[in-house]
Amino acid sequence: MADALTLYGTTFQSRLMLGTAQYPSPAILAEAIKISKAEIVTVSLRRETTGGTGGREFWTMIKELGVHVLPNTAGCHTAKEAILTAELARDVFDTDWIKLEVIGHADTLQPDVFGLVDGARELTAQGFKVFPYTTDDIVVAEKLLAVGCEVLMPWGAPIGSGKGLNNRFALKAMRAHFPHIPLVVDAGIGVPSHAADAMELGYDAILLNTAVAKAGDPVQMAKGFALGLEAGRLAYLAGAMEPRDMAVPSTPVLGLAFSEI
Amino acid sequence: MKIIVNGVEQNVTAKTVAELVVEMGYEDVPVATARNQAVVAKRNRETTDIHEGDRIEILIPMQGG
Repeated sequence: MADALTLYGTTFQSRLMLGTAQYPSPAILAEAIKISKAEIVTVSLRRETTGGTGGREFWTMIKELGVHVLPNTAGCHTAKEAILTAELARDVFDTDWIKLEVIGHADTLQPDVFGLVDGARELTAQGFKVFPYTTDDIVVAEKLLAVGCEVLMPWGAPIGSGKGLNNRFALKAMRAHFPHIPLVVDAGIGVPSHAADAMELGYDAILLNTAVAKAGDPVQMAKGFALGLEAGRLAYLAGAMEPRDMAVPSTPVLGLAFSEI
Repeated sequence: MKIIVNGVEQNVTAKTVAELVVEMGYEDVPVATARNQAVVAKRNRETTDIHEGDRIEILIPMQGG
């Protein structure tokens, strides 16, 4: 399988992981997943709202698409809450994958990296394969790896902000520091060029939701992201030229007509 | 028997978590269950009794980012 993405021993052709929330309709979500070619989608566990059947229809649709599900612990503010949510998710989704979110700040949705490491340690001990939503802090990343994480998911920018890669330097340093660890930019991506940028830095995959769900046409945007990721990945594999401060003509100067005038 | 289901007080006849799942109308959807903040796995629902005042969570798959 050429240029496959491997996460905890499972290989995928697509490098786009798509969130399933906030779409205008289940049908548009289904079309967006299909056209994006995403093989992994994130899901959550919630109480059913009064009289609502959306959750039931949603789950039937996801099963029919045959995609790999990555349950999340979104909304959890302590390691204890996140661990309980992960245990519940494993029972209902029949997967030991968990996107571990431990939120530290209500406004920025910045990860509580201390709770994150504690939660990752306990969940890994319980046999979970943890996908930690973290910052671009390399020391935190090292601690997550030390407790058993085999994938890291640093934020590009705050969740839902669409700002792109807020700290490109830190993300580049992280890539250089962990050359063999799958790195996924999770959160903050707004447009396909942001995703392409991350892929050009050598990131292995992108996890996004709002940028597609809240686009004017989510299906078109999903396709745009698929193409953006592919372009960025190809550029990374090809190796980009070194930027230069001075102009250098691309057309040969030798043989220019009228050069003696 | 009065218990709290998903944060709402309910008067139920169910005696186990498995019976409660059916009584609350979740027999046709996969659910996760917890009793007093402890997970009740699928395989343990029939043998997990519920008692007056218990706090039960019944959660279903939902959209997520």
